[in-house]
Amino acid sequence: MSESQIIALSATEAAAAVIAGELDERELYGVYHRRAREHGGSDALNCFTWVSELSEPGGAPQRPLGGVPLAVKDLFCTKDVPSQSGSKILEGYRPPYTATAVSKLQQAGATMLAKTNQDEFAMGSSNESSAFGPVRNPWDRGRVPGGSSGGSAAAVAAGLAPWALGTDTGGSIRQPAALCGIVGLKPTYGAVSRYGMIAFASSLDQAGPLTRNVADAALMLRHMVGQDEADATSLAFPEPISVPDGVRLDGVRLGVATQLSAESEGAGGIEPGVAAAFEATLKLAQELGASIKTIELPHAPHALAAYYVLAPAECSSNLARFDGVRYGLRAEPGGEDGERGLLGMYTRTRHDGFGAEVKRRIMLGTYALSAGYYDAYYGRAQRVRTKIAEDFKTAFQDVDFIVTPTSATVAFELGALTDDPWAMYMNDYFTVPMSLAGIPAISIPCGLAGDGLGPGGNGLPVGFQIAGPAFSENRVMQAAHALEAAIGFDSAAAFA
Amino acid sequence: MIERDEVLHVARLARLALSEQEIEAMQGELSKVLDHVAKIGELDLDGVPPSTHVVEITGALRPDEPRPCLPREVALASAPAVSDDGFLVPSPQA
Repeated sequence: MSESQIIALSATEAAAAVIAGELDERELYGVYHRRAREHGGSDALNCFTWVSELSEPGGAPQRPLGGVPLAVKDLFCTKDVPSQSGSKILEGYRPPYTATAVSKLQQAGATMLAKTNQDEFAMGSSNESSAFGPVRNPWDRGRVPGGSSGGSAAAVAAGLAPWALGTDTGGSIRQPAALCGIVGLKPTYGAVSRYGMIAFASSLDQAGPLTRNVADAALMLRHMVGQDEADATSLAFPEPISVPDGVRLDGVRLGVATQLSAESEGAGGIEPGVAAAFEATLKLAQELGASIKTIELPHAPHALAAYYVLAPAECSSNLARFDGVRYGLRAEPGGEDGERGLLGMYTRTRHDGFGAEVKRRIMLGTYALSAGYYDAYYGRAQRVRTKIAEDFKTAFQDVDFIVTPTSATVAFELGALTDDPWAMYMNDYFTVPMSLAGIPAISIPCGLAGDGLGPGGNGLPVGFQIAGPAFSENRVMQAAHALEAAIGFDSAAAFA
Repeated sequence: MIERDEVLHVARLARLALSEQEIEAMQGELSKVLDHVAKIGELDLDGVPPSTHVVEITGALRPDEPRPCLPREVALASAPAVSDDGFLVPSPQA
C-alpha cells in the first residue's frame, strides 16, 4: 500500500488490514512515525510534546487493535515517557507507572506513537495555556484547535495519528473535536478508570477517544471501559461496547433544549453558520426517521457558573501536590511574598511553575472554598449540580437524546480570547451541562461554516453534540453513526 | 472589585507567590469571573441537597490488605532533592 492509501484508512480499517495480513504493522507505524515527526513539531502544528524514538513498533499485530499507532494526551502517565500535563512544573517528568486507560489500550494491541500537547493541566478551551506553546488548527494554522485536548484533535484531523486519547472535564474532548472536524466522545463518568490521569477536577475528569469516525470511537472505547481497583469511582460497564452500524433513526426522539439553542441568550450568540449547520443536521435526522421535540433544561443556563466554581475548587485541591518535593520543578525560596524556608520553596516553586490560567483557577477555587465563602459558592454550586442532573433525568423521560451545537463558534483566531477569561470559558457553554450530570456525549462533524474561512474559503468545521443517559454510549454511537453516514463530512482538506 | 489584601490572603492559602503585576491582574480577573458566577445566588435552592456523586455507585470498598507498592528508590527517582532514604526539603525555620 502507498502512504496515501495507508493514511486514508480509519483506525478500524487499519487494524483489520494488519490482522488480515494485508498491511504490515511496521509499515503502518513507519508512515505515521514519519508524518508525526515531520508535521507535529513546534515549527508546524505543535500538536506533540513527545514522539516515540522507536522507528519500529514492538507491538502485537494479532491483538484486536492490530498495532495501530495511538497518540496519547500529555496528562496520562506513561511509564518512562514524558508526562507533563502541558505544564512547566512537570517539565521532563517521566512517571514510574502507566495510566490504566493507556495500558488497557496497549494490551489490546495499540502502539504508543506520541504524547499530545494540551492546555496546562487541561485548563483551557484553546490550547493556548500550554507551557509548550499553542497547537495550531490544521484547517487554518492561524486559528486554535480548541482545548484542552487540542493536540489530540489536531493530530487526528491532520492525519498524523490514526486516533488519539483525550480527556474531558467540561468539554475538553468534544469542543476540540468540533473545531477540528473529527469525532470526540466523553463517556459516562466512571466508565473509564482515571488512574494515572494527572487530575484536574476529579468529579468531572473522564478519558475518551478522539477519532476520524464513530466506529473508531466505539473500537477504542471498547478497550478502555471497565472497573479498576485503582479508581474507586470507576464502574463496570453494563454491556459490551458494540460496533455501530445504524443507518436509520426511525422512532428516535431527539430533544432540542430551549436553553441550549439559538434562542437562548445565555449562549452568547451562536454564529449564524453554526446555527445553519445545526438546523440542516436536524432536518437530515428527520429524513432518517427521527422526531424532534423541544424540551426544557431550566438550570442549564447556570451550568457554566456552577462549573467555574466546582472545577476550580477541585483543581485547587488536586494541584496542591505540586510543591517541589516529590517530582517536577523546585525553585529556591525568594518569592515576592517574602516567604522563606520550606514555605518559601513552596510558594516560589508554584509561582515559577504554573502558568497564568492555572494560577487564576487555583485562586478562584481557593477563594470559593475559603472560610466565609464556602456556602455561597461551593455549597450552592453543588446544589445547582443536583438540579442540572435532575433536569436531564426528567428530559430523558420524553426524549432518547439531547442534541446541541458542540460550540457556538467555529475555530477562532489565536489570541482572540486570551485577554478575557469569561469569554474563553463561554466556549464550554454547551458541553458543561453534560459534564456536571456525568452523562455521555459525542461530537460529530456536521458541516462547514464561515464564508471565506478555511481551505479554499469553504468554511471551518462545526460540531453536532448528541448526549444520552448514563451508560447509553452504544445507543448514542448508533445514532451518531447513522447521522455521520447521512452527513458525509469530508475531512481530507485538513490532512497535512 | 476584590481587595488587594484578599488576593494576598487567598494566595497565601494556595501557597502561591504572586508578582505585583499578577496581584493587580488577579483582582480584576477574579472579580469579573465571580460576577458571572454570582448568578447562581439568584436561584431558589432551598431544600436541594448538594450533589456528591452523579452516577450511582455502590461497593467502592475493598479489603484493607497490605500489598507491595512502588520501591523506595523508584518513588524517590523523580524528586528534585533526596537525602538518604527520603525527600529533602528546606528547613521550615530557615
